[in-house]
Amino acid sequence: MKHLYTWSAILAIVLGSVIGDVLLARAMKQVGDVGVLLRQRGAWTVVRRTAGNPNFLLGIVAMSAAFFSLLFALSWGPLSVVAPASASLTFIGNAFAAKIFLHEKVDRRRWIAAGLVAAGVALLAG
Amino acid sequence: MLSYGMKQVGNIPLNRLPAVISAVLNPWVAAGILLLLLFVIFNMTALSWADLTYVLPATSLGYVLVALIARFALHEHITPLRWVGIALIAGGVGFVAGGPALTVPACPADPSNEEPAEPAPQAAVAAASSGAKS
Repeated sequence: MKHLYTWSAILAIVLGSVIGDVLLARAMKQVGDVGVLLRQRGAWTVVRRTAGNPNFLLGIVAMSAAFFSLLFALSWGPLSVVAPASASLTFIGNAFAAKIFLHEKVDRRRWIAAGLVAAGVALLAG
Repeated sequence: MLSYGMKQVGNIPLNRLPAVISAVLNPWVAAGILLLLLFVIFNMTALSWADLTYVLPATSLGYVLVALIARFALHEHITPLRWVGIALIAGGVGFVAGGPALTVPACPADPSNEEPAEPAPQAAVAAASSGAKS
């Protein structure tokens, strides 16, 4: 039962993180270049535009769900399982999601990078 | 910090799920959340400049940094397998850094288009109505 809870929570972390990352990335592309905005309009405009963006708000909800799933997972499973499993699966999930939903050109170079980083994180955090 | 805090909080059974929310009152969990907030702000700034599939591998250098700090500042032992992990992450970041940072078209929400400094009369009406909504 403990394993079931841990891995269900890990799945929830991965889903929440991927959805949150994609929504935040989309929101920030809509907000525009933060550096330019800061110089031309000031910090308040950046905060107002970001906080008023629906994708940002939904992204924060998804990230919060992932965060509480992480707390839930850590209360059941060891960090040495939860951290590498959720982090490396999130990298792979994000590469797929960015290609499908953000229409990023995930070429061979980026697939290899996602795979290497996912494997590296799994080894390092394990 | 989060792991340390949650081990203090203890196991949370499914029938006491709201206890997850009260866990944020633990000082270690709260400090972890503050640092995560800082991370989110910088991460979002980077996302306004580059692709998600560029930013994510690049930020994974944090794992390498933590491992190197643990090795050289805290004198922790790093197993050969973890050195392999560090090499893989570094290799992955090198791979992605060699390519373009942005592959999607420039965003339509250019600051000069959406909120002109001196709005034309028609645009001023639109801006006023949207301002009234907010």
